[in-house]
Amino acid sequence: MAVCIAVIAKENYPLYIRSIPAEQELKFHYTVHTSLDVVDEKVSAMGKALVDQRELYLGLLYPTEDYKVSLLSRLGIPCVKSMFPNQLHRYGYVTNSKVKFVMVVDSSNTALRDNEIRSMFRKLHNSYTDVMCNPFYNPGDRIHSRAFDNMVTSMMVQVC
Amino acid sequence: MEGLTLSDAEQKYYSDLFSYCDIESTKKVASNGRVVELFRAAQLPNEVVLQIMELCGATRLGYFGRSQFYIALKLVAVAQSGLPLRVESINTVKDLPLPRFGASKNEQESRHTTSYSSDTENQGSYSGVIPPPPGRVQVKKGSVSHDAVQPRTSTDQQESTSPVVSPQQSPPTSPHTWRKHNRHPSGGNNERSLAGPGPFWSPFSEAQTGSSAGDAVWSGHSPPPPQENWVSFADTPPTSTLLAMHPASVQDQTTVRTVASATTANEIRRQSSSYDDPWKITDEQRQYYVNQFKTIQPDLNGFIPGSAAKEFFTKSKLPILELSHIWELSDFDKDGALTLDEFCAAFHLVVARKNGYDLPEKLPESLMPKLIDLEDSADVGDQSGEVGYSGSPAEAPPSKSPSMPSLNQTWPELNQSSEQWETFSERSSSSQTLTQFDSNIAPADPDTAIVHPVPIRMTPSKIHMQEMELKRTGSDHTNPTSPLLVKPSDLSEENKINSSVKFVSGNTVADGYSSSDSFTSDPEQIGNAVTRQRSHSGTSPDNTAPPPPPPRPHPSHSRSSSLDMNRTFPVTTGQQQAGVVAHPPAVPPRPQPSQVPGPHVHRPVDAEGLITHTSTSPQQIPEQPNFADFSQFEVFAASNVNEEPDDEAEKHPEVLQGKSTTPLAPPPKPIRRRLKSEDELRPEVDEHSQKTGVLAAVLSSQPSIPRSVGKDKKAIQASIRRNKETNTVLARLNSELQQQLKDVLEERISLEVQLEQLRPFSHL
Repeated sequence: MAVCIAVIAKENYPLYIRSIPAEQELKFHYTVHTSLDVVDEKVSAMGKALVDQRELYLGLLYPTEDYKVSLLSRLGIPCVKSMFPNQLHRYGYVTNSKVKFVMVVDSSNTALRDNEIRSMFRKLHNSYTDVMCNPFYNPGDRIHSRAFDNMVTSMMVQVC
Repeated sequence: MEGLTLSDAEQKYYSDLFSYCDIESTKKVASNGRVVELFRAAQLPNEVVLQIMELCGATRLGYFGRSQFYIALKLVAVAQSGLPLRVESINTVKDLPLPRFGASKNEQESRHTTSYSSDTENQGSYSGVIPPPPGRVQVKKGSVSHDAVQPRTSTDQQESTSPVVSPQQSPPTSPHTWRKHNRHPSGGNNERSLAGPGPFWSPFSEAQTGSSAGDAVWSGHSPPPPQENWVSFADTPPTSTLLAMHPASVQDQTTVRTVASATTANEIRRQSSSYDDPWKITDEQRQYYVNQFKTIQPDLNGFIPGSAAKEFFTKSKLPILELSHIWELSDFDKDGALTLDEFCAAFHLVVARKNGYDLPEKLPESLMPKLIDLEDSADVGDQSGEVGYSGSPAEAPPSKSPSMPSLNQTWPELNQSSEQWETFSERSSSSQTLTQFDSNIAPADPDTAIVHPVPIRMTPSKIHMQEMELKRTGSDHTNPTSPLLVKPSDLSEENKINSSVKFVSGNTVADGYSSSDSFTSDPEQIGNAVTRQRSHSGTSPDNTAPPPPPPRPHPSHSRSSSLDMNRTFPVTTGQQQAGVVAHPPAVPPRPQPSQVPGPHVHRPVDAEGLITHTSTSPQQIPEQPNFADFSQFEVFAASNVNEEPDDEAEKHPEVLQGKSTTPLAPPPKPIRRRLKSEDELRPEVDEHSQKTGVLAAVLSSQPSIPRSVGKDKKAIQASIRRNKETNTVLARLNSELQQQLKDVLEERISLEVQLEQLRPFSHL
């Protein structure tokens, strides 16, 4: 039920943003942007904790408007569920290279389990890696990969 | 530019053409793409086209503005009318017919375009890339009077342009045709289908000029309907990316432009592929790709790193985005490097793209690297845009079919052959496994040295006869060895009556055998003899058992038998029955061999004489139970065998002793035992390739004790040998199975990958 999926580069500019429905893209942009702060906060908090392999699945960020942003830390930071209606949960995920994935999901539908979110992020990460493997892709460029698009679409479609 | 006055018809026509060419509606048309095709379709010589372009100012501007375009068209008309090209002629020439753009022109034009394209030089580098297409071009169907064709073929690079020109197809149809399925549209649509490829060509031609070369070749499309050439121009995807009239911009996704004159070759290719698999790679293409691969990576089994591939494909002047997409499609294992197959697939896609074919969303099966034997030439081409190969409508569907099958065949085998190394063909491996396995077993048998129970050769009729004779003679020692009594001659000297007789017979037989020269034969004979002996002896309980064993110890056996024979001879002389039978087949021959000079080819092992003896003796010995009688042998040996004793002596001494000790005593019993031992020994002897073994056997055979020892030893050795063989066979089987396992695992992995890709997010 992801309604928006975004890939943010290390420098905090978006590499890829996609949302459903498309008209709310701007809103999602804002959402994602705000969640970035939370992500950074989490990341810096964990700071010393060695990231090693853990991709830092940051969980629910914070609820805002009708969206619930969740930031669930793999380190075990408890996740707070907001009571907002039509909440959209935002989930964050950071890779070792400080590339962040933010996902906004609509909790009105079936509540997604944490594991599901994690697996979604894993898939995202894999696709992102594939994109990186493409020699024609310059890191820092927008992601135009069709395969990546397809993957994201499938996630979003399924989610919704 | 001077003002251009156009008549109404001209105006209309030109504006149509311009619209056609002006894909981007930017009011200016790049020199590549449709324009190129169009001009090519005009069937003007390259230089004329160049001139036209210069005159109209496009060269200067780098693109065709509307006015330039009109001027160019006018000039084309002028040129076609045969009038010299002058700027002034634009307006001065009256009643100029409308410029004609025919399919045939395409090639020319394409060529021309290439010629004037500024990137010709660039092409050089990349052209190599597309060689195959050029080749194809040569094949060009030659549709339409492509004069240009020939030249075209020569200039690979140019090729692309010409065919492409085929604006002949009506643009609208091209998209359809392109999509492979539609390709084969009805006859009327051939052009369309051509159109499909046509567009490629045009873009391709443009691209060619710039980039690459080979594509042009493809352009071999047979230009379909003449009048629509220009249409294809319109379709040309805006090649705006490339300046300088670089056709490369063709790449656009647009589609399938009406197939322009597809080169015949390409057409064929395409046709075949169109029905079947438009993405197939033909032989020549494949070869080209492989060559290109080698330029980057000499090792065909190696990888091309992403950076190198990037540079290489960047030369094709495709937009990065498309190259990126191509990479995603072709890097099957997502490892950032290209294997030969992946490289060929990528190259193929690039070529297709340059020809105007759209890139598929997912890799066509025909382009998939063969991780497993996926020779699937099924219509994968569903993907968008059949690669231009299927294009040439000119041939018309019917022609396609024939070509298709051929291509299909070639492709699979190409893939197979080329990818053989990549593919772990379970089938083949398994088949190999089977065969190998079988072969493993087979060889084991013939090994005569190894005990493999060579069926006793009952052939030696002589021997048999001898045996019979022996039997008849009633010698107890039915020594089948009697035939072995080749030594008989010698033996006969021994005064062995029966034995001598036998020996004689044996000798003869042995002679016969020896003459056979076959090592195996001897043992076999011996074996046979032995068996016969046994049989003859009848007493020996081993009669039944023996058959297998005897053959084994051929060589040694013979020897031993010969030794035995020798012994037996004396023994027999002494006591007919003496243990010839009892004696291990190996032993008896000894004395005999010695006695019987040489004939026996058998084993020249240790002592030659002995060998000879053995050779003969084995034959005889086994047959003769007499050999068991070492004591006799001793005597005999002493008397007869000179050389033998040397070797035999050592070996025999104990045997002899044994024999002597039990020469007679054993005989009656030993006979049987000897037979037994003989039998046992025989096998042992067979296995034992050495005289020593034989002797040992003999020894063992002679007195029960020594004989048993020898037997044991021989038996052990024989069993060791057998085990070794078995080990070898099993090891081989094991390796083959492991190979199969590996293949299966590989397959499993690929299937899992596919499954993973196909499976939607299950968690959602």
